Order: sequence, then C-alpha cells, then structure tokens
Amino acid sequence: MAMIKFLTQFGRYFLLLRKVFSRPEKPYVYYKQTMHELLYLGFYSIGITAIISFFMGAVITLQTAYNTENPIYPTYLIGLGCRDSIILEFSSTITALILAGKVGSSIASEIGTMRVTEQIDALEIMGVNSASYLILPKIIATLFFFPILTLLSICVGILGGWAAGTSAGVITSANFIYGIQYAFIPYYIVYSLTKMFVFAFIITSISSFQGYYVEGGSLEVGRASTKAVVFSSVMILLFNVILTQLLLS
Amino acid sequence: MITVKHLEKSFNGHVVLHDISITFETGKTNLIIGRSGSGKTVLLKSIVGLHEIDSGEIWFEDTLFNKLDFKEKKKIRKEMGMLFQGSALFDSLTVEQNVRFPIDMFTDQTLEEKNERVNFCLQRVNITNANNLYPSELSGGMKKRVAIARAISLQPKYLFCDEPNSGLDPPNAILIDALIKEITEEYMITTIVNTHDINSVIEIGTNIVFINEGKKCWEGNKDEILHSDNEELNDFIFANALAKQLKKHVGK
Repeated sequence: MAMIKFLTQFGRYFLLLRKVFSRPEKPYVYYKQTMHELLYLGFYSIGITAIISFFMGAVITLQTAYNTENPIYPTYLIGLGCRDSIILEFSSTITALILAGKVGSSIASEIGTMRVTEQIDALEIMGVNSASYLILPKIIATLFFFPILTLLSICVGILGGWAAGTSAGVITSANFIYGIQYAFIPYYIVYSLTKMFVFAFIITSISSFQGYYVEGGSLEVGRASTKAVVFSSVMILLFNVILTQLLLS
Repeated sequence: MITVKHLEKSFNGHVVLHDISITFETGKTNLIIGRSGSGKTVLLKSIVGLHEIDSGEIWFEDTLFNKLDFKEKKKIRKEMGMLFQGSALFDSLTVEQNVRFPIDMFTDQTLEEKNERVNFCLQRVNITNANNLYPSELSGGMKKRVAIARAISLQPKYLFCDEPNSGLDPPNAILIDALIKEITEEYMITTIVNTHDINSVIEIGTNIVFINEGKKCWEGNKDEILHSDNEELNDFIFANALAKQLKKHVGK
C-alpha cells in the first residue's frame, strides 16, 4: 500500500514537471515573474547565507586548529582545511539545507495557500497553465541564483575563518592566506556549483509539488510546508552522496 | 448557451452528481440553488472543467467542452470569467494588477489600452481610488466587486459565480446580485450563479435549478418558485419563520 502511494506521488511529481516545462503563454509575463522570484527567493536569501557562512567558516577554522595542534603540521594547513571543507561540502550542502528550510517552506506555503484559496483554480479558469506560471519562474530563479549564493558562501565562509583564526591567535593572517592559496584545485568550485545547481532544482520542484497538491485548509498548508522541508533535505543528502561519487571519483 | 446532458460525477465511489441535464440560456442569470453539500459547487466546477466528469456531456454553444484537449479547452476558457466564493484575488497583486492580469496574459494591447480597460471595469463595478490597494486592504464586498471586474476584463461570453454573496451583509449582497444581473443583460453573457441565498433567488433568478442530494429536483423561474408544490424545494426555500409567513401570504 505504501509502495503504491509512493509510486503514485512519484508519477504525479513527474506529471507536474511536464506541465511546468511546457511552452509559456506569454514570455514577457514569465520574465517579469522570474525577476520577482530572483528578488524574493534569491536576493533576500543573501543575508541568511552570509551569516551562516561566516560562522561556519569561523568554527571550521577553530576546530581544524585545535585538532591539528602539532608542530609537525604547518599552520597554513588550517587555511587549506578551512578552504576545502567550505568549498567541497559546507557552501553547497549546508547552504542548500538552510535554503530548503527558508525557501522551500516559503514556496510550499505560498503555492499551498493559493491552492486552498482557489487562486490556482482562478488561473486555470482563465486558461493559464498554473503549474508553469507559478513554478517555472521559481525554478529558473533558483537555478540561476543559488550557485551565486554558493560563491558568496565560499567567500564569506573563508572570511569568517580568517577573522576567527587571526583574532583567536591560532594562525597568522599571512599563513591563513598562504593556506587558502596552497594546492588549490579549481575543479572543486565547479563541483560545488554543480551540486548547488541540482539542489536548487530539488528544493524548488519538491516544495512546489508539495504546495501545488494541497487539499484542505490552513492546517494542510502547514503540513505541506513541513513535508517540503523534510523531503527536500532528505533528497539533498541523498543526491549529495550520488553527486560526490559521480563528480569526484 | 451552455447545455449539460446526463452529467455524472463521483469522488472515490461516492456519487455526488447524478444524471444532471440542464440548459443555461444566454443573457439570463441562471441560478443553481440547493443546500450546502448538495453538489452545487461540484456541478459548477465540472461545467468549467475544474473537475473531470465521469460521464455526460457539457456543451458550450456547439462545442462539446468535456471532450476537448487542454489546448482546445484553453480557447473556450479565455471566454470564461469566474467569481469564486472567497474572491480568489491574487494576494501579491494590487487591485489594478489583478484586473489587468488576464489582459496582460492574453492580449497584445498597449499599456494605455490596458489601463483604459482596467479603469473601465473598475468603474463598472463602482470601485474608485483603490487601484493601488492590495486584496488584504479591501472589505469583503469590495473584493467581490474587484473579482467581478477581473472576470469581465476580457469581455467573457460566460460568467460563473460560486456563492457570490456569501459572507456579505444584505445590502452588499443585493448590490453584488444586481451587478451580476446588470452585467449579464448588458453584455449578453451566459451567467450561472451558485447560491443558497433566498434573497438572490427572489432578486435575480430568471432561470432557477434546484439541486438536492446530487439530483436535479426542480426547474423554473423566481415567480414559479413561490408557488411550487415540490416538497423538498419548499423545505429549502421556506426554511425560516419569515419565509414561512411569506409562503402563507403567497398561498392566500
């Protein structure tokens, strides 16, 4: 029974995606909507991404420093460790998990509320492809902006690491800067951005799906919002493993 | 004209609409009345295509609507306007943007032409100086009127209203009813109104269909309804003390 339910939901998800990626009625209206979503889903996430990344970088630096307190290890390795941890894992995966909470719940509750207040029915009656009109601009906006947030997260995270390391006296500024330049592999940036690109799609499509098929009232909208965050987070973790194996092996 | 023939609709094996056949005439305010849960909203949503029907036919003039594919349905949907029970205005858009939405979506008019049409529609429903307000800043009656303005913005051939005066005080309810009737006659629209408001029945019911437990029980006009001997209809229409007195008066 649970398997049938799962397969039904899986099928509905792909049917929804087919509707989402159909030809837009009026490209200009979609363009305007995409700009709006870039602002709300992307630009307004800069603050939380920056704050989390700064403290994440700071903690990584301090923990690396306290766990490698050994005269054999040169201190610039703290900078190197901080850089690689942030680029490879934290700036994409942790930021994606945070965005699943912020953006995912917002998308599910927005679309869910539109469903229960018959705004989606109103769009359908007008002859508008509601799935495409509501979801496609969100997907385009997050696919474009979330990788930018990853780059920002990398920069702010490393800045946080430098600030914490130098102010706590565990590493000098010169050594930290040398460390973050040492043995740098540019492909790691590509890897990180690729992961975030996939995570952006997961967050937006799953959250939209949860909101689009809400039935009932405000209680169900709340539940859909929670489900959106939970399912998006689980899928992010699963795809993190898959992508790591595919891209780094 | 909209014609429904032998419409059947069920949800998870539970039959909600049973063998419904009705003709809704152009230029008339066609009312579907019935108790809460009788299937009125399901019938209306089935007619507009929001619910897939189990069997039967829905004709918009000479077109069999329920057999059309999504693209073909879209053409007819552009000729529809709908007023929902909760107004269903887009929360993130202002009054002006709400009314302009269908025009933006389906016409290539210039901004000037669009604004002219929006202002005309808003004036037609007596909304002034509210263009930049958001739905959350409007009263219930204003929301309904803005929703009517949005519904008529593309000059529809068909207007559907799901309980248009629910939640409104009597004067506002009468105002909305009158507006729907005026618009219907002025633009020769085929209008279908779902209601359980007896005032609406008396005010605007030129063609009335009574639905009870998913079946069509009675059909007539506002004059005939007061003299009907249909027991179920009388139980519904003359449910309160005032209405019972009216029935006695009419009987004399």
